[in-house]
Amino acid sequence: MKTPLTINELYTALKNKEYSLVELLDAYFARINANHDLNAFITITDDYAYQKAREMQEVINNNPNAFGEFPLLGVPLAMKDLYLTKGIRTTAASRVLENYVPAYSSTVFERLEAAGAILVGKTNCDAWAHGSSGENSDFGVTRNPWNKDYVPGGSSSGSAVAVAANMALISPGSDTCGSIRLPSNYCGVTGLKPTYGAVSRYGVVAMASSLDTMGHITHSVEDSEKVFAITSGPEGKDSTLIDRKYQKLTGENKYKVGIPKEFVEQGISDEVKSSIDSFANWLTDNGHSVVEVSLPNTKYAISVYYIIQPAEVSSNLGRYDGIRYGNDRSTFGMEAKRRIMLGTFVLSSGYYDAYYNKAMKVRTVLIEEVNKVFEDVDVLLAPVAPTPPFKLGEKAADPLEMYLTDIFAATANLTGIPSLAIPTGFTKNNLPLGIQLMGRKFEENILFSLGKKFQKQTDYHTKTPQS
Amino acid sequence: MSGLTTDEILHLSRLANLTLSKKETTTLKDQLSDVINYFKELKKLRTDDVSPTSQTTGLEDVLREDQVDATRILTNDEVLSGTDKTHNGAFVVPQVIDKDL
Repeated sequence: MKTPLTINELYTALKNKEYSLVELLDAYFARINANHDLNAFITITDDYAYQKAREMQEVINNNPNAFGEFPLLGVPLAMKDLYLTKGIRTTAASRVLENYVPAYSSTVFERLEAAGAILVGKTNCDAWAHGSSGENSDFGVTRNPWNKDYVPGGSSSGSAVAVAANMALISPGSDTCGSIRLPSNYCGVTGLKPTYGAVSRYGVVAMASSLDTMGHITHSVEDSEKVFAITSGPEGKDSTLIDRKYQKLTGENKYKVGIPKEFVEQGISDEVKSSIDSFANWLTDNGHSVVEVSLPNTKYAISVYYIIQPAEVSSNLGRYDGIRYGNDRSTFGMEAKRRIMLGTFVLSSGYYDAYYNKAMKVRTVLIEEVNKVFEDVDVLLAPVAPTPPFKLGEKAADPLEMYLTDIFAATANLTGIPSLAIPTGFTKNNLPLGIQLMGRKFEENILFSLGKKFQKQTDYHTKTPQS
Repeated sequence: MSGLTTDEILHLSRLANLTLSKKETTTLKDQLSDVINYFKELKKLRTDDVSPTSQTTGLEDVLREDQVDATRILTNDEVLSGTDKTHNGAFVVPQVIDKDL
């Protein structure tokens, strides 16, 4: 059977009894087995999944309002292995937690499970979400399903690959500096980095607490919005959440979209530039206005990010002492050590003001600059990364070069705004291309509205790799 | 270009409770020096009158009722489930106080 690309497609098939949930899972696990070499999963939860599938099939058979009561009924779900899942091993892709089985679940997983989604496995990622390529996992590299010699993007590498190669229909990741948008961009799928304060971080292994956001990867923008409506909103456990209910936009609105000239002027590949131009043309063809805007201080974003993030990492990873759970600190991989050391340096006596405090001040400048631009425009259009996917190993030996991959991602995390990565085509070598749309805080609905319209008129998000 | 010295790397590794091999020490000395050198661009931006931002929510002092939520309490067994080193229902921790004191 052909696996569905959207929740709607799945529901139609289930309602028409084209297949049962057990048969649906058979198809997904067959794909997971066939794509073992992509190394997208750390743990496969087939026993759990089949048990849930039988329970949910009963609901479908006996409850006439099953699909109304369970908005994600039977949706095959893969969780980035940073999300705690009670009773199911959660490793953060690090040897430190290789045998860790949590005693409670993350809010996002609880909500998705309650909505009827079925966990098929925990996905591979850069260990502790530290990375842009998926190569930093202690459980081996993940490969790009469009070309196995290329990186899938990180850190939510396995999540993007699982969705792109139809091994799951939806997959939550985490985005601290592009970790959802970059792998979505490199694998040709849709990725949401929500507003900071929209989705609970409770029960997710913390990387950098002032930057971590919990989003998800799907094929379509429509499904991204459906998942966001379920995962967003406070639950009394994450005190950074803002109390507001997600409001879907209805009707046709026209927006003013800004392209920050600093993001497209130099240092990006011709194919990435042309995908921005094409999307800008699509916007104007559909009655939106597109203007050039300037965010001159975003050039400092990556420096600010690589000071604040390691500082918070060194603090968050300080708790791993191997006493209450996990292995001891000698089991940290090289990238975690690098970031802990860097964070310890920028926070250390004599350097705090010059680095950490300075970075926090420049963060303020960036926020003011972005807020000012959003007084004029509704949305920002920008590349996700300077180049299309690069080859495995190409940047592995040079951390600074790898860090610069995140140069266009950092602004949204440092300022807390939402961003939606959408596939918009392919390179001449048949590797995915895409763009990101950034909005004002809590205006995910505008991004979804534009993205859904784009995907109604194009079919890039329905393309899947041959494997 | 200024950079970190081997002594500074070893000092930082002690602060971070990490044990580094000789090779790791050399590698980190070079790589972190590169990254820190990149940060120098921040000096170009004057920020004397700017307040630092540590978080973006605008929330302050988020409080909740001081009530026990029974649904969130782990059992003693659950709390200890992550380690084999337990004693009488408690964690066994490394000795930090000298016996002879």
